[in-house]
Amino acid sequence: MQKKLILDSNLLSITVNRLCQQLIENHGDFSQTAILGMQPRGIHLAEMIHQKLEETTNQKIDLGYLDTTFFRDDFRRRDSPVAANATKVPFIIEGRKVILIDDVLYTGRTVRAAMDAMIAFGRPSKVELLTLVNRKYSRQLPIEADYIGIDVNTLDTQKVLVELEALGSKKNKIWLINKDTQ
Amino acid sequence: MSQLSQKHLLGIKDINRKDIELIFETAANFKEVINRPIKKVPSLRDITIANVFFENSTRTKLSFELAEKRLSADVVNFSSSNSSVKKGETLLDTVNNILAMKVDMVVMRHSSPGAPHFLAKNIKANIVNAGDGTHEHPTQALLDSFSIYQKFGKLDGLKVAIIGDILHSRVALSNIFALQKMGAEVMVCGPITLLPKYIASLGIKVELDVRKALEWCDVANVLRIQLERQHIKYFPSLREYSLYYGINKKMLDSLDKEITIMHPGPINRGVELNSDVADSDHSIILEQVENGVAVRMAVLYLLAGIN
Repeated sequence: MQKKLILDSNLLSITVNRLCQQLIENHGDFSQTAILGMQPRGIHLAEMIHQKLEETTNQKIDLGYLDTTFFRDDFRRRDSPVAANATKVPFIIEGRKVILIDDVLYTGRTVRAAMDAMIAFGRPSKVELLTLVNRKYSRQLPIEADYIGIDVNTLDTQKVLVELEALGSKKNKIWLINKDTQ
Repeated sequence: MSQLSQKHLLGIKDINRKDIELIFETAANFKEVINRPIKKVPSLRDITIANVFFENSTRTKLSFELAEKRLSADVVNFSSSNSSVKKGETLLDTVNNILAMKVDMVVMRHSSPGAPHFLAKNIKANIVNAGDGTHEHPTQALLDSFSIYQKFGKLDGLKVAIIGDILHSRVALSNIFALQKMGAEVMVCGPITLLPKYIASLGIKVELDVRKALEWCDVANVLRIQLERQHIKYFPSLREYSLYYGINKKMLDSLDKEITIMHPGPINRGVELNSDVADSDHSIILEQVENGVAVRMAVLYLLAGIN
């Protein structure tokens, strides 16, 4: 399997720090802001960012988990359905700013589903998207991220592999893999 | 990624433990959905479901219809009392006519055991059995065991007693299969005339004394006396049944442990279950109803997802 390391543990923590600073610049004390991590893989990044933000700002910040499975547009169009995960949004997002967080932004379809799923909890005044890895030139919908960890040029035959300590890996590492050679 | 091993849900007998676990996981997520301010998801928006009920039903039909609507499916209802069945049409013709109108799934209740199996062999749509005679009622068993699972966090090793009219109950048979597949121990209890002759061959305990059954179990699933299916007398009178098999608070209080009481509804208050039990903290009867919608959403969603 051909693998290329695009973010190692050090670089990842620098990147997360930078993203947090950008968020603080735009959201101040976060009293009008809620963070939604996207299931299944975005929630760990959301937790990292949430923890860092709470430490830095010394404020309690709302964090929820959003599952997009039942809102996907490819249901019955793929070989088998995607397994659902828990949604946990114990607050109302009506009139607040929402930061959606996912690890990888690829076609944009999951983000579209997430926006659909989110509306069940109120009408936010503004929605922003944060992604750790932005796969350029692969969008199928007019969706872009507001905060980007790293931009990468990828082919459809490649895959981004996110290894996080929170997911049981030894070290935080982000890889680019060639699917063909697997 | 995960999907059911079967294209239809005809009975619990045909599915395996993995299927049941997948249904439970999905149902837990749908339970969260139906407790949101907006209780609807768009998953089945391009699907049409026919609810074909050849036998009366209020709760099951309502529960299925709500589940379908909360998944955004289009729903058509059919009941035999006001249909061409009365004019002599066969089952296959009736359903084929409905399918000709481009229906993707059929939820069917029928008084003949095996009717949904017959349909599944002969037509293309996904079939969900909503009760076939005295045979199976799979979604009821799934919601019963899901309710126990939610309360105890597991089914493995739990002791469940099914008490009442076992002979005429499709709920009992489906429950036995579901509970056994999930690792629970099962006992049936009732008057000897209301127990099927070879029921013990399913690998379950049989008890005639309701008190002993209650002492043994962690959960008691109390069934209704189905007078409408009883064409001969199986016991002298309802009063006598209630005297020997009715469960009341005094009886539960005299046990040295807490047990959970379930009932698939409709309850004959004062017959198999006293009001002081049905409305007590022991009872999870209304949770069962809530879970019913979530479990049916899970079943419909997972069946629709199979290509």
